[in-house]
Formats: sequence, C-alpha cells, structure tokens
Amino acid sequence: MPDLIRRPQIIRSTPAPAIVADDFARLVLTVSTDAPESSESAATVTLPSVADAPNLIVPLAVWQARRDELLARLTQGGKLGVSLAPGEEAEQLAGDFAHLALIAVEFPKFVDGRGYTSATLLRRLGWTGEIRAVGDVLRDQFFLMRRCGIDAFALKEGKDLNDALKAFDDFSFTYAGAVDDPRPLFRRVQRGGASLDAGQSS
Amino acid sequence: MYRYDAYDHAILRQRVAQYRDQVRRWKTGELSDDEFRPLRLQNGLYIQRHAPMFRIAVPYGLLSSTQLRKLAEVARDYDRGYGHFTTRHNLQLNWPKVEDTPDILEKLADVEMHAIQTSGNCVRNVTTSHFAGIDPDEIADPRPFAELLREWSTFQPEFAFLPRKFKIAVSGSTRDRAVTLAHDIGLNIKKNAAGEIGFEVLVGGGLGRTPILAKVIEEFLPWQHLLTFVEAILRVYNSYGRRDNPYKARIKILVHALGAEQFRKEVLEEWANLKDGPSTVGTEELERIARHFTAPDYAALPARDERVDALKASNPAFARWVARNVHPHKQPGYAAVTISLKDPRQPPGDCTSEQMEAVADLADQFSFGELRVSHEQNLVLPDVPVSALPDVWEAAKAKGLSTPTVGLLTDLICCPGGDYCSLANAKSIPIAAAIQERFADLDYLFDIGDLDLNISGCMNACGHHHVGHIGILGVDKNGEEWYQVTLGGHTDGVKGRETALGKVIGPSFSAAEVPEVVETLVRTYVAQRHDDERFLDTFERLGLAPFKEAVYAGRRPAALNTSAARESTHA
Repeated sequence: MPDLIRRPQIIRSTPAPAIVADDFARLVLTVSTDAPESSESAATVTLPSVADAPNLIVPLAVWQARRDELLARLTQGGKLGVSLAPGEEAEQLAGDFAHLALIAVEFPKFVDGRGYTSATLLRRLGWTGEIRAVGDVLRDQFFLMRRCGIDAFALKEGKDLNDALKAFDDFSFTYAGAVDDPRPLFRRVQRGGASLDAGQSS
Repeated sequence: MYRYDAYDHAILRQRVAQYRDQVRRWKTGELSDDEFRPLRLQNGLYIQRHAPMFRIAVPYGLLSSTQLRKLAEVARDYDRGYGHFTTRHNLQLNWPKVEDTPDILEKLADVEMHAIQTSGNCVRNVTTSHFAGIDPDEIADPRPFAELLREWSTFQPEFAFLPRKFKIAVSGSTRDRAVTLAHDIGLNIKKNAAGEIGFEVLVGGGLGRTPILAKVIEEFLPWQHLLTFVEAILRVYNSYGRRDNPYKARIKILVHALGAEQFRKEVLEEWANLKDGPSTVGTEELERIARHFTAPDYAALPARDERVDALKASNPAFARWVARNVHPHKQPGYAAVTISLKDPRQPPGDCTSEQMEAVADLADQFSFGELRVSHEQNLVLPDVPVSALPDVWEAAKAKGLSTPTVGLLTDLICCPGGDYCSLANAKSIPIAAAIQERFADLDYLFDIGDLDLNISGCMNACGHHHVGHIGILGVDKNGEEWYQVTLGGHTDGVKGRETALGKVIGPSFSAAEVPEVVETLVRTYVAQRHDDERFLDTFERLGLAPFKEAVYAGRRPAALNTSAARESTHA
C-alpha cells in the first residue's frame, strides 16, 4: 500500500506566518530497495478514494501516469497537488498549473538544496499558488525557503510548530535578490551611511 | 578597506543570534547532531580530531589592525594563544569550545568579522590576490568585485545547500596570485579594446582528489553582469551537480561530464532569464563599494632611500629579507612587505596572539592600519614606505616574523595535516619541519632560488600540493603514512596567468625519506640548470626523467611503495 502522509497542521507564511490545518494527504510511493519488484509503480498504485482523501498530493510520476483518473477527482469536489522530487524539473508542470491547488517541493534530506531552485523556477514559470516544502523540513531553512517562493511548510515530524514560527524573524535584511524580492539590497535602499529606516519591503 | 554600514551590521548581529539559538537547541536536543552539522559548518565550526576547529572568515584576505588584534584576543581568551592562517585567507582556531563559539562570533561582530560560510556546501569566502590594489601589474582592483560577491553570496537563499562547497576567486592582475584556475569559478579581470572592464570567466577548476583546471566559458563578461552570470552558473550547478557521491559532487565533475561547451550553453540559456534584471550591478553600487578601496593617503616619497641602500650594502641579513620579503608597489617610495609565518620553530601559517598584536602594531605604524593574508599562509603589510623597511625588519625580527624566505623552498604551503585534521591520511607539519631543517642554510636556499613546495596531508589538497613545483601528498597505505611526490605543478607561471598540475614522480616515500628526496631533486636541478633558470624552468626543459632517476637510483625495489603510487589520482 502507498503511504498516505497526513499532517494535522502545517505552517503558512502568507499572509502572515501561522499554523493552519492541513486538509491535504500526500501520497508517497513505497519503494523497496531490498526487493525492487515489490516497489510500487506510478501506473499501478492504488489511489485513495475521494471520500477518504478529497485533497491529494501525488508525485509527479503518478500525475503523469494517471492524469485522467486524477482530473476526474476534481469533478467530484477533490483538490489536487503534485510533488516535485529533487531532480524533477519544474518545467514539467508548467502546462498543468490550472488543475492544481498546490505544488509540493520535496526535501528528502534537508541538505539537498535542489528544492530551492525548483521553487524559484516554479515562480518564474508563473505559478502563483501554494508551494509547500515537504519532507525533512526544519525551521532553520524557513527563512531561505520563503525567499525562494515557498509559502507553506510541512514541518518535519517531531518538531515544535510554535517554536518554528519564530524562524521567519531570523533576518530583517538580505543582500541578494530572490523570489520574495528580486531586487538586491542595493536596489532597495540607499546604502552607505544610510539608516535602517529606509526599510526594505517585505 | 570595506567598512560595514548599518545593514551589514544588522545582518551580522542577527546571524549571531540565529546561531546562538541553534547551539542552544542542539544542546537541549531539539536539533540532532545530523541536523546541527550543516548549520554549524556554515558558521565555521568543525568537529575535528582533538577539538572543534573554528574557521573565521577573512574576506578576500583583507584585515585591519583592529581586526587582527581582535583575532589575537579571541585566540588568547578562547583558544591556546595562537591561530592558523590558511590558503583561503581564513584564520583557524584549533581548540575552542563549542559552547564558546556564539560568544566568539559576538566579539568578532564588533570588528565586522564572522565565520559565515567558511565551511559547508555553500559559496565560501571569496579570495583574491594579496597584492590587490597595489600591484604594479594590476589591470583593475579586484576587491570591489570580491565584495560584491561577498554580499551576494551571504545567505543567498537558493544556494545554501549545494552539492558541495563552492569557491570563487577574483584576480585583477596579469599575474595570477589567486590561483583562479583551481577554483569552482575563477574571474580574471580584463579590459576590452574600448578600455572597459570585464571578466574572463573560468568554471570547474579544483584540486582535491580529482584535480582539474578550470575552463573558460566566457571570454569577456562586462562587469555589470557579474552577479547574474554567477547566479546562472550556480543554478545550473545546483540543479544538475551530482549529489550521489561527495567525491563527484564538485562543479568540476559536472563541467567535465557535460563538456565545457555544453555547460556554457546551459549557463547562457539560464542567464538569458537573468541578464539585465534587477541584480545587474549599476555604476552607483560599484562606486559605493569601490570608495572603500581607494588608495590610502600616500606621501610623495622618493623611490629610493639612502639609509635603506646603505643597510642593504652593510647587512646581508637585511639585504636577504629585502630581496625576498619586499615587493614592488605601484606607488613610488612604497613597498609591500611579507611578514613571514614560516619560521621553522612554528608550523607554517601559525601565528601566536603576541605575534598578531605585533603585526597589528606594525600595520598601524607603517601601513595605514591594513594587512593582507596571502594564500601562501603569510601576512602582508601592503603600504610600507621604503624608508621604514629597516624599522619593520627589526620589529618583525624581534617576534620571529622576519624569516627571509618568501618564494623559496622553505616558504612552503602546508595544511594542518594529521596532527589536527580528522580528514588527513598523514602528518604534514613534521614533514614541513624536517624539510625546513634540512634547508636551514640561507646561502644554499638563496642559491636554489624560486621554488614552491606545497604539502598536503590528504588528497583534499588543502596544502595545494598539485600546484607546487614540488608537491608532497600524504597517503595512507595499510595504516602507514607515506608521501607521494609530484613535480612541475605551478600557479602564476613564468608567462603570467597559467597553472599546471604536477606529475607524480613514482612510488611514494616514508616520512624519514622525504627530506633526502627533496634534497636529491634540488641537487639534480642545481647540477643541470642553465643560467637564471628556476627549478620549474629546468624541470620543464628536462622533464621528469632525470629527477626520477636521481631519486630512485640505488633504491631497493622492496622499499618502493608501489600500491600507494597507484592510489594517485593524477593520471
């Protein structure tokens, strides 16, 4: 059976950082390295019913293999999200934005930084909906993730959501431009002897 | 030098607070060791062989006397009263307590210093030439561009978790004192026919286990596009760099796998989205930064000084020091002075708190309060009036800082090796000491002339052995320490910007054999050299064979450690 990951709550950073209920379930294919033949495939995996999991996030491969079946869920009142694993290109979803309620970016290990580029590119491709970081997601990455356009955070299991909320305040100023503000600091403020009152829009 | 404004200060203070909280959460178990590891690394903290190792950034090698005094204070109060300057201009402390590191950073922040991104898989401390801004050879000052990159790369959100570490060097002169060909990105300043400044952009160089020289992917990038172009390179690397094997994760492997031409195409395709965007550097911003790097208030001085000339004539020790440790300066009447950290009584690059304070005093007295750290692990006083050279020499001598060997065989580059580093396969400091002892005779050393000898205790190549005229690499064979010798590597070659990797001479040697091997190599050179030929020139003319024959002649085959030679990655 596929893993269905359900979290009671996630953190959203828009409009302001807050803990909110998570009404999505995320489907994860079971991969067995010991017995590859028993690994689930995108083509054959059993999808939960709309009644059981109305709002479902599926891996990109499942979306690509089961597109019609998944689109049918939309007519039954379900919502859909697709998750991008590291190495899967954001461009592959560019034509599907209209069908999706959210896009999840997977961080199987928090030290694998490809998700930051994936999120950046999704925003560049015009995706304006939710981008959710899922997987090994720590508060210590929130600030960077938010700068790259990630606006929802399924915190790693066992971590304190209330504590994690504080992480958005780690820095008031940033040097480089990013998704949240493409202007580097030198285009946002008058530098060199300037006071901080000139402020930064964020 | 660059002085922080209110924004720089605010960012730095918030970083210290963030890190202090991370240390706290690690202590309470809220962060596991694995979770804390990349966080502490990005704050310069390693857990090493004997104790933590703390690596403090010296951005592009520039230090004020105030900063150096603070480093002396930190080394005294939180460590054992000394620090180690590295080939990347950083200062490493070898015995701090983890619990103290937030306080150390707090104190460093007072003088605009930090340990941000001195380790970890992110963009590291940007390096440049230690003669930047004063080099008579200079096309343009690389420091404003290094500072632009420092700011851009500091907490650049997309590239904090790259496949591997990422090193950028900027060189502004016709000579390459920044080893740009051995960096992930090397930027060589050029002027085009119209006199405009731009960069030759090289990508995919690096030493380590798989030494590869960087490839040119852009002949002339106008300076305005520096940040967007670097961003495009990093984005391609972050997306496609290998993460399955840390030994194949550097950008050099990606560039090699794709081919420089294909890599370039990928970068240009990505750059098309960024070019002329908000991160394009404007004249106003470059000028804001460049104002921090204007020349100090030089006096109009005669180029020569009679007292100095007289002392040179009468005092051979002073004459030697001037010949090796004093460097030309673009301003008449001034010179740059290398304060040698290669006294054989101390490991190469090590400097005590007392010595740091003495050098800070010299900088205040004679060099507008400024200093440089060189990648050869020495300190440099950049702006010394020629007339003050005798005073600087006397003061340096009193502190064991006047070793007159810059560019000679015993001015060797040497990593901390197995005495300190948990990655090392072999000790390097005792090898350096044994070679320095063998070549203690200054007349002989001066007769040998220019010779770069670099020692690394493992194939991570922190001691840059690949680019030493003589390179020594510690290798492990069945738990024993052996040393492999390479010849002919160089940076900043005869013809200016050029770098070559050394060739392995043959089977490796025991520690005890190394000084004799070096001596044999040197004797072979001395016997065969033409007039004015440096060691490297003779090697290039004759090739490996005569050196190899001399070294291995009469050696019993049983003494040869052939399998260690096969471990070589130089092929």
